[in-house]
Amino acid sequence: MIGGLFIYNHKGEVLISRVYRDDIGRNAVDAFRVNVIHARQQVRSPVTNIARTSFFHVKRSNIWLAAVTKQNVNAAMVFEFLYKMCDVMAAYFGKISEENIKNNFVLIYELLDEILDFGYPQNSETGALKTFITQQGIKSRHQTKEEQSQITSQVTGQIGWRREGIKYRRNELFLDVLESVNLLMSPQGQVLSAHVSGRVVMKSYLSGMPECKFGMNDKIVIEKQGKGTADETSKSGKQSIAVDDCTFHQCVRLSKFDSERSISFIPPDGEFELMRYRTTKDIILPFRVIPLVREVGRTKLEVKVVIKSNFKPSLLAQKIEVRIPTPLNTSGVQVICMKGKAKYKASENAIVWKIKRMAGMKESQISAEIELLPTNDKKKWARPPISMNFEVPFAPSGLKVRYLKVFEPKLNYSDHDVIKWVRYIGRSGIYETRC
Amino acid sequence: MTDSKYFTTTKKGEIFELKAELNSDKKEKKKEAVKKVIASMTTGKDVSALFPDVVNCMQTDNLELKKLVYLYLMNYAKSQPDMAIMAVNTFVKDCEDPNPLIRALAVRTMGCIRVDKITEYLCEPLRKCLKDEDPYVRKTAAVCVAKLHDINAQLVEDQGFLDTLKDLISDSNPMVVANAVAALSEIAESHPSSNLLDLNPQSINKLLTALNECTEWGQIFILDCLANYTPKDDREAQSICERVTPRLSHANSAVVLSAVKVLMKFMEMLSKDLDYYGTLLKKLAPPLVTLLSAEPELQYVALRNINLIVQKRPEILKHEMKVFFVKYNDPIYVKLEKLDIMIRLASQANIAQVLAELKEYATEVDVDFVRKAVRAIGRCAIKVEQSAERCVSTLLDLIQTKVNYVVQEAIVVIKDIFRKYPNKYESVIATLCENLDSLDEPEARAAMIWIVGEYAERIDNADELLESFLEGFHDESTQVQLQLLTAIVKLFLKKPTETQELVQQVLSLATQDSDNPDLRDRGYIYWRLLSTDPVAAKEVVLAEKPLISEETDLIEPTLLDELICYIGTLASVYHKPPSAFVEGGRGVVHKSLPPRTASSESAESPETAPTGAPPGEQPDVIPAQGDLLGDLLNLDLGPPVSGPPLATSSVQMGAVDLLGGGLDSLIGGTNFVAPPTAAVPANLGAPIGSGLSDLFDLTSGVGTLSGSYVAPKAVWLPAMKAKGLEISGTFTRQVGSISMDLQLTNKALQVMTDFAIQFNRNSFGLAPAAPLQVHAPLSPNQTVEISLPLSTVGSVMKMEPLNNLQVAVKNNIDVFYFSTLYPLHILFVEDGKMDRQMFLATWKDIPNENEAQFQIRDCPLNAEAASSKLQSSNIFTVAKRNVEGQDMLYQSLKLTNGIWVLAELRIQPGNPSCTLSLKCRAPEVSQHVYQAYETILKN
Repeated sequence: MIGGLFIYNHKGEVLISRVYRDDIGRNAVDAFRVNVIHARQQVRSPVTNIARTSFFHVKRSNIWLAAVTKQNVNAAMVFEFLYKMCDVMAAYFGKISEENIKNNFVLIYELLDEILDFGYPQNSETGALKTFITQQGIKSRHQTKEEQSQITSQVTGQIGWRREGIKYRRNELFLDVLESVNLLMSPQGQVLSAHVSGRVVMKSYLSGMPECKFGMNDKIVIEKQGKGTADETSKSGKQSIAVDDCTFHQCVRLSKFDSERSISFIPPDGEFELMRYRTTKDIILPFRVIPLVREVGRTKLEVKVVIKSNFKPSLLAQKIEVRIPTPLNTSGVQVICMKGKAKYKASENAIVWKIKRMAGMKESQISAEIELLPTNDKKKWARPPISMNFEVPFAPSGLKVRYLKVFEPKLNYSDHDVIKWVRYIGRSGIYETRC
Repeated sequence: MTDSKYFTTTKKGEIFELKAELNSDKKEKKKEAVKKVIASMTTGKDVSALFPDVVNCMQTDNLELKKLVYLYLMNYAKSQPDMAIMAVNTFVKDCEDPNPLIRALAVRTMGCIRVDKITEYLCEPLRKCLKDEDPYVRKTAAVCVAKLHDINAQLVEDQGFLDTLKDLISDSNPMVVANAVAALSEIAESHPSSNLLDLNPQSINKLLTALNECTEWGQIFILDCLANYTPKDDREAQSICERVTPRLSHANSAVVLSAVKVLMKFMEMLSKDLDYYGTLLKKLAPPLVTLLSAEPELQYVALRNINLIVQKRPEILKHEMKVFFVKYNDPIYVKLEKLDIMIRLASQANIAQVLAELKEYATEVDVDFVRKAVRAIGRCAIKVEQSAERCVSTLLDLIQTKVNYVVQEAIVVIKDIFRKYPNKYESVIATLCENLDSLDEPEARAAMIWIVGEYAERIDNADELLESFLEGFHDESTQVQLQLLTAIVKLFLKKPTETQELVQQVLSLATQDSDNPDLRDRGYIYWRLLSTDPVAAKEVVLAEKPLISEETDLIEPTLLDELICYIGTLASVYHKPPSAFVEGGRGVVHKSLPPRTASSESAESPETAPTGAPPGEQPDVIPAQGDLLGDLLNLDLGPPVSGPPLATSSVQMGAVDLLGGGLDSLIGGTNFVAPPTAAVPANLGAPIGSGLSDLFDLTSGVGTLSGSYVAPKAVWLPAMKAKGLEISGTFTRQVGSISMDLQLTNKALQVMTDFAIQFNRNSFGLAPAAPLQVHAPLSPNQTVEISLPLSTVGSVMKMEPLNNLQVAVKNNIDVFYFSTLYPLHILFVEDGKMDRQMFLATWKDIPNENEAQFQIRDCPLNAEAASSKLQSSNIFTVAKRNVEGQDMLYQSLKLTNGIWVLAELRIQPGNPSCTLSLKCRAPEVSQHVYQAYETILKN
């Protein structure tokens, strides 16, 4: 299991060091600094083996988190734990920075003591942890016996993510369907790969221990239900989507999903990610990028890029940004664009074209002349793809929330009393067109 | 609250100041001081001098302060064991505290204080905590048992904590169960033989129930533990799989991977005809693909594992090529791994897309990545024949870019393409020759030289090209020198008239001016061949080359199976067994996949031999694309090159007459006399003087067709049962023919005549090929020896045992019947050598359930001796490797009825018993093949 956990700043100075196993010595701290942080080469692997000791690392801004072991640990678990550690720290004190870590080092040690025992990860749900580890130190003296046992039963319990006795005057929940649409297109407009990775994020402010059931236009579910009423299948069948795969927050009863494909759970209080999913079929690609690059002699490039929006004219896309890479030996650029603002950014080797808003079924164009310095560099310019960023108010996968039912048998509020909000946001993931 | 001030360094006298503050009366000041101490400790300063002062702060009801003191204790207790005892009282007291959080804290910390003296005091509180009413305390105590075991294993056993821990597996709280499982698994690892984690259907059921309820981490512990279990039959395996599959939708990638591990392992036991088997295969693909949308570090772990899964079960991901396309922003380690998997998944169906991608990658920036992409294009050409043409033209395009490393890499792969598709793409040679000057890497130079030598007859200025390399001969690397030597000899054999001078030059450079024994020896061999028999030289040097394999970097099947058992762990990331990177006794238990049918064998083989592969060693593969020259000379690995008929004259060094002798026939070049294969003397060494003898000694076992092992004659038919006729006999196989050597003795008082023999139908169709001929009547007390030739074309009937032969012998007195068992090795045919790729493909192809493993005891032979011994009985060594200090021989043999048997013989130096694994499509022969092995090796 994990033998030790170290946190370093960008210079390689140790900010936190916690050793769980005897086989990890102090020299491990230095070995990682010398061989990885101070290594001249780019990092070639997130797992490094130095003198029979394995180091796993992740980086958050300029902070390095490293887990160390001498055993054949579950590598996936170690990385999952490191990410979780980052989440927990962020939930306690915000951004993971050198300053924040130094300011909270006592808290971090306390957390490390709680969530990792002898190198075995323990309950690391922030909701539960916050009931007994706080920035003001542990609030234990004033706890009653009931409170104490409530804490321990939550930390170890079946529903470790929610405590009992939560009360709200107004029962309310928010559902965000957040999708990022990824595309790789050939210069000729052929889709090389496209997929949507989506998340359903829920914010729940519900009293008691509510039992929730979430439904969406999943093809399998709809086809199953449609069996009885044939005509309905044809009607609703069109709007259903084929989900390639999905994963759920640990509150969701996986065995129930496996057998009935129904998503039922008792939600944590506050914000959490209910599910992630991936679709690859029938994706609505909100934008099409048509590039045209022409080399005029050895010292000039002409670039023309057309973007077309491909959704209902009544909807508005926002924060549109097109990034057109330029060769390293660019000496000057002239740009003309119909809409928005475009600028050549020498430091990023790219022309960045920004448009604030754009309605559906529209088209816009940019053209640029790029002057090149003559070079005798034999190496060809790699022509990185043109990438795009945007935000649209619909789900490119076509996912629709059909219902979210809430049952709380013990308290007297019903599904109708809960105020529910649903929002769809589609963002660009890696949305690239080769040129 | 800002704690960062504690990190600011103060100057000298700091320790003294801290001491004062620690002993202050004010609580706040005390706490501040302890924080400062911890901060100093973190930055690596030695603050152990403050031990007594810090321990004094321990007795407080402020939990935060207490935790800080504990942290300090865990760090320094070991350096101050006597002082640490001072803390014991507080711990014991805290273990009785009404607050469960404090009880747990105490027991957790106590386990971390690794001082022997403390452990005694720890036992009682721990015992109580293991039975605590609060689950939080119990789950902490469970881990504490593992901690204590790490310090003092004996104590844990003596105190009976292991039993308590086992009881916790039935605890009502899922987290307690999970931690108990984790602790037991760890303890069990250091006692591989113990039956600690006594998994049975009941306890498995408990674990599966807890699986649905515990935290994500607990699920990982439980799944990893489940993976060690071997279900008793396929039905149990299926029911466990059914309950594990829902985990594939978990958000935590480690849970998913561990579930994949369980499924991959138990799937081995399911029959492929089962509907469920197909369903399961389909269910595995989506979660594996989803792993690729995780953070890059996890993607890397996932990709390394997918690489294994694709090798084990290519069908799972064969339609998912697109998801492995490299993204521009992927970190380099993800890119390289994706590329690897792309090559493995490339097939006729998706080759167009793959090629387009690879071409794109070849223009990227990262040199390693670009090289790998170029190489991948070559691999595609070799793997998918239909694409070869397109690949070659893509490679030519890349060569046109003139980017140095791209060109070199392209030439290296084109060499392989030439070998795979001879006489197809040689038109591109001209283009390659244009780039001769830009090659500066040994591998590329060697490849180019090989091409020039191999196609010397098509390249007009081949001699000039090779000569240009010869100028700097001594500055070249060995690889290039060897290649140059061979290429020039090839050139000479093809164009003898113009290149005499060149060949003399290179031979003298290699033999006289070089310190490298490999080079010198090869030089001598060529020299000798050329001077004695150029026709034979041509046969050897220009021999047909074995095909190169389609797949490279395949992990050896046994290692692959072991790694499948380690999915998700570091071993699967390194692609090495844990023994290669874990120190000491932990984790060196070899794991293997369960056999398909229910069996009493445990999944974990009890071998615990310390097997440490050198960390640098890649899990390299049998069919690694063979070094061309290696194949030519490593006679024991290459195809059975017919031995050159060597004259017995001694080598004449520097003979002027180098090209005399057979040269005429060479230039005439019309009649090629096939060397008489059978006539090669068994030992070529003796008559040849000089250093060559050693070299040929090595090969002495190869070309010889001496017969296989012959058992001494045994009495088959005693005289008492056959009215005075005693028959004893044995079976032999010599130069491809089987015979039954009989000895007939007349122990009766009358003369015997009219002998005849007949066989009953038998498993391999053995039948007498000629009548039994006893020329003269057999008088009393006379003995005759007869060799009866046998054929294998008789009628076939499966016998029990398989090698049973029922014989009837007739003479003037009566007909007698007897049965005998013939050794299977008389059925091993001479052409039983499989080539390496075939071997690997066949090995993979034969289902695992057909594998049988045997131990051959008391056989203190080394690999060479065993190999040559077996070879004389027509068991051929296809390849040999050394893994973790053990020699692995991969062998093939073919029976007269065309059944192939593949074998892996593991020999450990110093250990008299070796392990034999046999794979065959007709598994019933395995037992008999094993017996044959045993007989041959022991005699």
